[in-house]
Amino acid sequence: MSSTTADSHGQTIDQDHSDRLSISAFIGTYVFSRDHKIIGLQFLFSTLLWFLVGGLLALGIRLQLAWPWEGMPIIGKMLFSAEGGQISPEFYTTLFTMHATVMIFFVIIPILAGAFGNYLIPLMIGADDMAFPTLNMLSYWFMWPAFIFIGMSFFEAPYGAGGGWTSYPTLSVVPEAAPGSESAQTLWLLGVTCVGISSMMGSVNYLTTIIQMRAPGMTMFRLPLTIWSMFITAVLQAFALPVLTAAGVMQLTDRIIGTGFFVPEGLIVNNSAPATGGGQPLLWQHLFWFYSHPAVYIMILPAMGMVSDIIACFSRKPIFGYKPMVYSLCGIAGFGFIVWGHHMFVSGMNPYLGMTFMVSTMMIALPSAVKTFNWLGTIWGGKIQFTTPMLFSLSFVSMFVIGGLSGIFMAATPVDIFIHDTYFIVAHFHYVLFAGTAMAVFGAIYFWFPKMFGRMMNEWWGKVHFFFTFLFLNGTFYPMHILGAVGFPRRLADPYHYETFSHLQPMNQFMTLCAIGMVAVQVIFAANFILSIFMGRPVGRNPWGANGLEWSAPSPPGHGNFDFQPIVYRGPYDYGSPEVDADFYPQIQPPPEGAQVAEEANS
Amino acid sequence: MGRFWSLLFLMVPILGVGLFVLAIAGTELPGLSLRDHWLPENINDGGYIIDDLFNFIMYLTGAIFIATGIALFWFLWKYDAAKNPNPVKFVHGSHTFEVVWSLLPAATLLFIAIFQMDAWANHKMRRPILGPGPDGIEHTADDELKPAMVEVTGRQFEWRIRYAGADGKFDTPDDLHTVNDLHVPVDEDIVIAIKSQDVLHSFFLPNLRLKQDVVPGMKQFVWFHANRTGTFDIVCAELCGWGHYKMRGQISVESRENFDAWFQDEFKEQGRTQLEPSEDEE
Repeated sequence: MSSTTADSHGQTIDQDHSDRLSISAFIGTYVFSRDHKIIGLQFLFSTLLWFLVGGLLALGIRLQLAWPWEGMPIIGKMLFSAEGGQISPEFYTTLFTMHATVMIFFVIIPILAGAFGNYLIPLMIGADDMAFPTLNMLSYWFMWPAFIFIGMSFFEAPYGAGGGWTSYPTLSVVPEAAPGSESAQTLWLLGVTCVGISSMMGSVNYLTTIIQMRAPGMTMFRLPLTIWSMFITAVLQAFALPVLTAAGVMQLTDRIIGTGFFVPEGLIVNNSAPATGGGQPLLWQHLFWFYSHPAVYIMILPAMGMVSDIIACFSRKPIFGYKPMVYSLCGIAGFGFIVWGHHMFVSGMNPYLGMTFMVSTMMIALPSAVKTFNWLGTIWGGKIQFTTPMLFSLSFVSMFVIGGLSGIFMAATPVDIFIHDTYFIVAHFHYVLFAGTAMAVFGAIYFWFPKMFGRMMNEWWGKVHFFFTFLFLNGTFYPMHILGAVGFPRRLADPYHYETFSHLQPMNQFMTLCAIGMVAVQVIFAANFILSIFMGRPVGRNPWGANGLEWSAPSPPGHGNFDFQPIVYRGPYDYGSPEVDADFYPQIQPPPEGAQVAEEANS
Repeated sequence: MGRFWSLLFLMVPILGVGLFVLAIAGTELPGLSLRDHWLPENINDGGYIIDDLFNFIMYLTGAIFIATGIALFWFLWKYDAAKNPNPVKFVHGSHTFEVVWSLLPAATLLFIAIFQMDAWANHKMRRPILGPGPDGIEHTADDELKPAMVEVTGRQFEWRIRYAGADGKFDTPDDLHTVNDLHVPVDEDIVIAIKSQDVLHSFFLPNLRLKQDVVPGMKQFVWFHANRTGTFDIVCAELCGWGHYKMRGQISVESRENFDAWFQDEFKEQGRTQLEPSEDEE
C-alpha cells in the first residue's frame, strides 16, 4: 500500500506505508519529519512531559510553603541528603525559577503555537502542509538544545539557576551574587535563547502559511478564530522575540566577557571585583518585558481562539460577533506592545511613565471584556452540549473573568504599590495561565484528539478529570487573592517569620493539599490520553458535527492532509443555519441553489 | 448532567464572593480562622487612599464578576440542549451590543485610570517640602524639598540604616548607624533615601502601604506620615538571592521624645563600641 502525493512545492514524494519500514524511513517519518502533523504531535508529547515536570516542581514550592523546613517526604532524603531531606533556601529559589521557566518556555508557549499551531493551521486553512516544512522541523529540533541546557542548568551542582524566570540583574549577572549558580545561570540564558530561535522559526512559518496557502474561497474573514489567534500570536512573536534574544545575548556577554550593559560602575557584590560597567539594571527589565509582556498574550491568545471554536461548536450556534472577536485579538496585540511598563511600577522607573503605562494597561482590559461578552453571547440562545471539551472551554471563560478582573487591581498604580510582588499577582497569572490557558489546552486536546488519532478519548473519565481539576485549581489559586491582600510576598522560602504573615500558614496548607490533589487527578488524564490512542472508540471524519475544514479530512489525516481539493463556501461558524436541515454546515459544503444571496447578506 | 454543570459554574461567583466576605469580616469558625486575612492595619496618612482605591476596584470588579457569573450560569441552565426545545437563535452578532459593551467598559476603565493618578502622584512624585522656594508658590519646580532624615541601604541580606543626625547631613561624625532597626517619629513627614549596595531589593512596609524597589546605582526617596506608634515589619519584596526570605527589618514608630531618647542612647552606644562609625559603608 504505497501512495504518491504532491508536497507543497509540487515535488512528488513516495511515501511508504508498508510493513517494511526501514529504520531510516522510520526516522524520516516520525523523528526528523517535515510533516506538520508529526511535528505538532512531537511538540504535544514533549510539552505534556514537561507539564508533568513543571507540576512536580510546583509541588516542591507548595510543600515548602505549607511545612517550611520539614523536609520532602520520601524523595527528600535522596535529593538532599546533606540537608537532612530539607528543601534548602538555595534550592527553593531554583524550584520557583525552574517551575516558571518550564511552564512558560517548555509548556505553554510550545503547546499552543508549537503543538496546536502546527497541527491545526494547515488543516484548518485547507493546505497540504506548512509553507516551509524543513524550517518547521528545525523549529521543533531547536527545542532540544533548550531542553538540554535548562536540564543541565537544573542539575548543575550545587544549585541550579536561582534568578527567577525574569532573571533580573544584578543578581543574575554578577556570579558572586548567587553562589553555586555560576554556570547554571549561563546555561539558563542559552536555553531561553534556543526557545526564542525555535519560536522565531515557527512564527515566520505560520505567517507565511496563513497568508499564502489558504484553500480557494478561504478569505481572511472566513478563517476560524483559532487561526486568527495563531496569526496574531505569530506577529507578536516575530516582532517581540528579537528584543529578548538581543537582551539575552547582552546578559550573556555581561556574564562571560565582562561587558557592562546591566551592571552599574563600581558595584561590589559579595567581595567580587568592582564592576567596570556603567550600565543600568533597569535596562534589562525594559528589554525583558518588552518581549515578555507580548509573550503573556502569546500565552493566552491561541487559547482564546480555540475556546471560541469549541464554544461555537457545542452551542450549535454561530460565534457571536466574529469580526469584533478578530478586532479585539488585534487590539490586544496592538496594546500588548505598549503596556510592558506595568511590570515596573515600583521598579524605580520614572513615576511619570508609570501613569502612561497605567492608562494603556487599563485600556487593554477592554478587548478582553469584549471577547468575554461575545462568548456569553455565543452561548445565549444555543443548544448547549456539555461535552468534555465544552466544559473545559466554559471554565476558561469563567476563570478568565477572574484573572482578567484581578488584573485591574494591579494596573492601578497606587494599588499596585501595595500588592506588587505579593500573592495577588501570583493568583492573577495562575488564573490566566493555568485556569485559563491550561484548561483551554485540555479542552483542545479532548476536542482535536479524534482528528489526531482517529479515536475518541473517554468522555466519562474526561468529565471526572474536568470536575476535580476545576475544584482543586480553585482551591489552590483562589485563596492566593486573600494572601495577596495581606501583602504576603512571593518567592519567600519562609514567610512566616514575619509578624505580618505568621498566621497565614493554615491557609497555605489547605492550598498545598489542593495542589497535590490537582496534580494527582492528572493521572486520570494521562491514562485516558495514552489508552485512548490505542483503545479509544474509532471515529470517522467529523465526530463532533463541526464546520471547520479540518473535520473534512480523514482522521487521522494522511500525508498531504486532504484526499480532495477543499473549496470553501462560508465561514466556520454557520451552526444551526436555516439553509440546511443538519445543525451544522461545513465550510466545504456547496450552498443549495438560490441561497447565495442570503449568504452575502449574512457576511 | 447539564443542570449539574450549570450549578457548578454558579458556585464560582457564590464561593468566590463568599470567601472574600468571610475574609474581610475576619470570620472565626471552628477549624477555619480568617482573622487578619485582609489588608493589614494601615498607619500611614497617605495609605488610606490606597485601601479606598483597592476597595473601589473590588466593588466594581466584584459586580462584573457576579453579573458575568450569573449570566453564564443562566445561559447554561436555560439553553441546555437536553432541556431546551427551541431551535437555536441563528444570529451572527449585534452591532448595538458590541458598541455598548465596548464603550461602557472603555469609559469605566479610563475613569479608573484617571481616578488613580492623584494618589500615585502623592506617593511617588510629590515629595514633602520645607518651603515654597524663591517664587513663593508651593508645588512648583523650585520648591525646597524636605531632605532625607535617614538612608536605608539594602544588601544581601540586611537593611543598613544610617541617620544624618543633628546636622541633617550624611557622612559627618554625628551619623548614627543601625542594622535592620529603623526608628521614626510619629506624626511627622518622614523622607527616607533608599539605595542598594549589591542586587535589587524592594523596601516594603506593608503597614505603611509603601513599596519601592532599590536599584544598585540609583538613589531614590520615599516618604510617609505615620499616625500611630508601634513596631512593624520591613519586608524585602524583590528576589535578592538565597537569603531573600530572611531579609527582615523592623520599623518602630515612636513619639518624638522617645525617638530622640532612643537616638541619644544609640549614639552613645555607638561611640563606645565603634571608634570609626562609618567603618565599611560604601
